[in-house]
Amino acid sequence: MLLSTIFAVLFYLATAFLVVGLAYKIRLYARTPAPLKIPTTPAPVTQTGVVLRMFREVAFFESLFKSNKWTWLFGWVFHFAMLLVVLRHLRYFTEPVWSWVNLIQPFGKYAGFAMLAGLLALWARRFLVERVRYISGPSDHLMLMLLVGIAASGLMMKYVVHTDIVALKAFALGLIYFNWQPLPADPVLILHLSLVLILMFVFPISKLLHAPGVFFSPSRNQVDNPREKRHLAPWAAALDSEPNGGE
Amino acid sequence: MADYETIPINTLFEIPKLNPGVMKESSPFVAAPAHQEALGFPGELVDNWQEKAIEKLGELLEKSRALRVYMDGCVKCGACTDKCHYFLGTGDPKNMPVARQDLLRKIYRRYFTFSGKYFPKLVGAEDLTKEVLDDWYSYFHQCSQCRRCSVYCPYGIDTAEISMAAREIMDHIGKGQKYCNEILGKVHKIGNNLGLPEKALINTLEDLEEDIEDETGVKVRIPVNEKGADILLVTPSADFFAEPHIDGLIGYAKVFHQAGASWTVSSYASEAANFAMFIGSYEQMKLVAERIRKAAQDLGVKRIIFGECGHAWRVAYSFMNTLAGPFDFLDPAYPVPQHICEYTWDLIQKDKLTLDKSANDHMTLTFHDSCNVARGSRMGDTPGGQFEIPRAIIKAVCNNFVDMAPDTIKEGTFCCGGGGGLLTDDLMEIRTKGASPRMTALQEVVKDSGVTHMAAICAICKTQFAKIMPTYGIGMDRIVSLHQLVSNAIVLDVPPEDEVEAETNEDVATA
Ligand code: SF4
Ligand code: SF4
Repeated sequence: MLLSTIFAVLFYLATAFLVVGLAYKIRLYARTPAPLKIPTTPAPVTQTGVVLRMFREVAFFESLFKSNKWTWLFGWVFHFAMLLVVLRHLRYFTEPVWSWVNLIQPFGKYAGFAMLAGLLALWARRFLVERVRYISGPSDHLMLMLLVGIAASGLMMKYVVHTDIVALKAFALGLIYFNWQPLPADPVLILHLSLVLILMFVFPISKLLHAPGVFFSPSRNQVDNPREKRHLAPWAAALDSEPNGGE
Repeated sequence: MADYETIPINTLFEIPKLNPGVMKESSPFVAAPAHQEALGFPGELVDNWQEKAIEKLGELLEKSRALRVYMDGCVKCGACTDKCHYFLGTGDPKNMPVARQDLLRKIYRRYFTFSGKYFPKLVGAEDLTKEVLDDWYSYFHQCSQCRRCSVYCPYGIDTAEISMAAREIMDHIGKGQKYCNEILGKVHKIGNNLGLPEKALINTLEDLEEDIEDETGVKVRIPVNEKGADILLVTPSADFFAEPHIDGLIGYAKVFHQAGASWTVSSYASEAANFAMFIGSYEQMKLVAERIRKAAQDLGVKRIIFGECGHAWRVAYSFMNTLAGPFDFLDPAYPVPQHICEYTWDLIQKDKLTLDKSANDHMTLTFHDSCNVARGSRMGDTPGGQFEIPRAIIKAVCNNFVDMAPDTIKEGTFCCGGGGGLLTDDLMEIRTKGASPRMTALQEVVKDSGVTHMAAICAICKTQFAKIMPTYGIGMDRIVSLHQLVSNAIVLDVPPEDEVEAETNEDVATA
């Protein structure tokens, strides 16, 4: 029961840290003004256009596609496989399981392999491509190691050493409804969950901030209409009224 | 010159092997105290520069969302690593956009993030040392702020923004760049980058009017400070005297002449360029932009049109309304400002210009998209107008036009190598090497399609190309102004003989 308590507490802490950390960062990004119009042109001239541009960027990695087809392929496969895997995991947190979660279950089961393959390919680039090797730091390797660890331990449980999934689900639901249940003391599961905990703690203080960051990137989220509409940041507006400013 | 004098042309997109540190020593002359102080920056490196630099970085992080998001967001995916012309031309890994950003990012991480404070080794955070500052000074002056990297980055991380911030920090600790800061001083004092005073400007343009008349038999005016004119033309000062820029100016004048437009240049705002963008100073950029507003108000014009200049058009199109607006005192029927290409293209579409394409038959043209026009601005009403309109004009005035390789034009265009405040002799090596991707693409169409000339719409591009093309085995006269082509093709109505006589006599009488 000690193990279950430790993990329960850690999950609460990690969730709180993740939520508060992300909220803090997002608030910071949102609050910081963008003094000038700097969309990378050609850029959409309407707000709808910007939403579409952002959608293409987030859903298809449009810019990455323009840049490098291999990186795009590995990156896209990894991210979308991960998305499927995460969605599939909702089945452990819902009772009854939502029907659409059931629907993706067959795909989600195999997505783990695609996720792992994508990660390994991305990691290989960090060794094989001289330029990428040069820019890779210890944290970049560790991050990949962490994700590979999560994917691999997950696949282990799914296909090699099954864990007591019913008990695990009881534990997860217990966390949500504050009705704690024992966590199966299964080494692979403990490893899997520990790595996920680390990921949750690392997320708001690492490069994983690219996930919320992309939505705040002025070169991607600004409308190209500077002639039509005067764009002015509050600190810049203050300069307008200074003695030597305005006229 | 050094051993880069003759440069073999690469096969297109050959990515160089890494050559760490080759360009470490390439850095521009440091601004003299007088140049620094004229802009309100400390004259020389202040004693507590580390502290000041970090303080300034903190301030910029508060003021610029781009900087904040870009500092956090890079995942080191490597997508940008082979996109910078300075990396392609030198192989120096610190010229890879992400590595250039990291020069600032490692300091950001060290002083502004949890992980960098407590686990610096892990996340590549570093203390701000003299070596780091030297790297900043070298490598942030090997970025032309062309934004090519931002096109390919999955988060749109724009290294230009980071270079600008770094230069702003360096200015504030007393380590500014001579070229940019000296020029800005001239703009504040005299009104243009060249330091050409009003009288000299008027004389130069009068001479030019005579030259045009000698050549065409038509009196085409280039008015200066003409109150009550409809249009204020703001053009880079290079247009007033340097080749091939001046042929472009003649082109604008002929277009205005044939359109019957009333226009003027201003001696107070006789400069389209705004080098304050290069040093990342919002305040300086605002001061320079406000000269144009003041000139427009003093002269009582109805519209503002910009001549051929890349970064000037970015500042004008994207920033001027912010910096010096609102321009509600101008005629709301026209966008503020307009590009001369928008103006000319509009006239061509309305059939208001008499053009004889065959006048350009001795040339086969290609077009160099200037980076700041391509990726930092627009022309016309639809995205990409900045690519279509100049090409449409060229095709309307020339019979022979061929584009360069698709990956090297439009949004993927390569910088000329001299942008972003690098157009100075003390940076000749990086300028020459950085031009190699563009030169390679040009060579290809020269060989394969018989291209004889390349047209550009940027004063920096034109100057840079005229200077470095010979190094790549292409004559310096092969770079032309876009409006030079218009000038060649435009057929002016020659007034009957006696009228010309009368006017000339009158001139003599009043002279
Ligand atoms: S902005 Fe241009 S010059 Fe600067 S790093 Fe990016 S590609 Fe290179
Ligand atoms: S493309 Fe963007 S995210 Fe990728 S390494 Fe370059 S700057 Fe970083």
